[in-house]
Amino acid sequence: MNAAGRRAPSLETAAAWLLALLWLSPLLYAFWAAFHPAEYATRLELLAPLSVDNFAKAWTYAPFPRHFLNTVMLVTMILAAQLVLCTLAGYAFARFEFAGRDIAFGLVLVQLLIMPEVLIVENYRIMSRLGLVDTLLGIGLPYMASAFGIFLLRQTFKTVPRELEDAARVEGCTFLGVLWRVYVPLARPTYLAYGLVSVSYHWNNFLWPLIVTNSIETRPLTVGLAIFGAPESGVDWGVISAGTLMAVSPLLVAFLLFQRQFMQSFMQAGIK
Amino acid sequence: MKHVYGWLLLTPAAILLVGFTHYPAAATLFDSLFSTGTGVRPSRFVGLANYAALTDDPIFWQVLGNNAWFALGTIPSSMAIAMLMAIWVNDRLPGRALARMAYFTPTVLPMIAVANLWLFFYTPQIGLLDQIGALFGAASHNWLGDPDTVLACTMVMVIWKEAGFFMIFYLAALQSLPPELEEAAKIEGASRWYFFRRVTFPLLMPTTLFVMVNATINSFKLVDHLFILTKGGPDNASSLLLYYIYQVAFSFFDTSYASTLTVVLLVLLASLAVVQFQLVERRVHYR
Repeated sequence: MNAAGRRAPSLETAAAWLLALLWLSPLLYAFWAAFHPAEYATRLELLAPLSVDNFAKAWTYAPFPRHFLNTVMLVTMILAAQLVLCTLAGYAFARFEFAGRDIAFGLVLVQLLIMPEVLIVENYRIMSRLGLVDTLLGIGLPYMASAFGIFLLRQTFKTVPRELEDAARVEGCTFLGVLWRVYVPLARPTYLAYGLVSVSYHWNNFLWPLIVTNSIETRPLTVGLAIFGAPESGVDWGVISAGTLMAVSPLLVAFLLFQRQFMQSFMQAGIK
Repeated sequence: MKHVYGWLLLTPAAILLVGFTHYPAAATLFDSLFSTGTGVRPSRFVGLANYAALTDDPIFWQVLGNNAWFALGTIPSSMAIAMLMAIWVNDRLPGRALARMAYFTPTVLPMIAVANLWLFFYTPQIGLLDQIGALFGAASHNWLGDPDTVLACTMVMVIWKEAGFFMIFYLAALQSLPPELEEAAKIEGASRWYFFRRVTFPLLMPTTLFVMVNATINSFKLVDHLFILTKGGPDNASSLLLYYIYQVAFSFFDTSYASTLTVVLLVLLASLAVVQFQLVERRVHYR
C-alpha cells in the first residue's frame, strides 16, 4: 500500500516469511488432514494418496446442508433488517432535530458495549416469553437494531451536502424519497463495509445461537460444528478438519477474493 | 413536524434496542436482588444476599483471576506481534500481499473452527505438540488436562487468532506517518532499530492505547473456544467469567446468581468504557 516504505533487510524478510508460514500452518495442516486418509493424518509424507472421503463422511455425519441453509437464512435476515433499521435511525440522528435526540443517541451507543451475548440470561427469558426459542428470528432479533450500523450511517449521512437534499426537495421528493434517492446511493461504500462485517460476524457467531436453539432445523453452522467437533463425538481427525473447512470455506473464499475490502471494513468496525 | 418524523424514523430500532439491550440490562440488575424460584419455593426478594454469596464463591474469584491472566497473557503479546507484522507488511517486502493475507486469515475464521483445529495440536500423544516434543525426547503431556498448562494453551491460540486483527490498525497508523521522517532518519544514518525505538514506537502510542482498551473489552467476550477445548476445566482452570455465567444459568439453572455475575461483568465493561471515553477525549485534545 505504501510505496515509500523502505526495503526490509533480508534477515527481516526471512523472519516475516517464517512468521507468515507459522501463521498459515494450522490451516495448511487442516487441509492436509482433510484431504488424506486417516493413517496419514499425523504422517506428513509427500506422496500420500489424496482423497475426498473425509469430506463425504463429514457431509453425512452431520446435517451440514441444513446448517448451511440456516446460516445463510440467518445472515441474510439479520443483514436485511439491519440495513433498513439502521438506515432509518441513522438518517433521523443525522438530519432531524427532535426532542431528546442526544440522549437517545447516547442510549443507542450503550449497545456497542453491552452486546447481546453479555445479556444471555435475560434475553433467553425474553425469547421464551415471546415463544421465539429455537427459531431463526429468536437468534437474529437482538442483533437487528445494531448500534454500530446506526453510528456508521449517521456519520456517513452527516457528510452529505445539504444542498443535494434541498435540490431533491425542490424537485418534489418527500423526506423518505430524499433518503432513498440521495443519501442511500451516496453511502454505498459504508453499506458495503458494514455488510461485510455483519455477515462475517454472524456467520461466525456462536454463543447466543447455541443458547437459543435446540434442534437441527434452527442450528447454524457454528453450533453444528461444535457438536460435530466435540471430543466426545468420537469422529476422527480428518473428518473434523474436513467439516471445519467446509463450514469456513464460503467466508474464507470471499476473504481471499476481496482481501482489501475485508481488512478496511474490519478496521472501520474496530475504530467505530 | 420534524420532531414527529425524527421519532418515527427511530422507533423501529428503538423498540428493539430497548427490548434487547436496555430492558434486559435493567432486568438483570433487578433479578440479582431475588432468589432463584423453584417448583416448591417461589422467587423472593433477598437484597444483597446473592452478592454476599458471590464474594464467598471461590469459583467466581477463580474465573475473575483467569480473565485477568487471559487478558494479560494475550493482549500485550498479540499487540507486539501485530506491530511487528504491520511494520513488515508496510515495508517493501517481497510478496507483501501474501504475507498480509497469511497474518490476517485467522481473523475471518470462527472461534469454533479455530478451536476444532487447535484441539488436535494439544491432544496427548498423537497431537502435533507431543509429536514435536517426542522428536526431542520429551514425555507426552496432557496439555489441556493439566491445570498448569491449560490456560496458557488457550492463550496461544487466541494470540494467533487476534494478532492479524490488531495488525490492520497499526498498518493504518503507519501509513499515515509522514514519509519525511523516514528520509530524515536515513540522512542522519539512524539504524532501523533506533528509528523504531525513537520515532515509530512513540508515534504509534495512540494506536497502542486504543487497541489495548478495545482488546480488553473484547477479552471478556471471548469464550467460544472453551466449549470445544476444555468446557472450562479441569477444575475451572481455563474458565472465564462469561463462560461461568453460561454454566450457572444453563447448566445449574441458577438464573438469579447468573444475573448477579452478569452485573459484575456489566460493571467491569462500563468502567472500561469510561477509560476508553477519556482516551478518546484526550486524543481530540491533542489535535
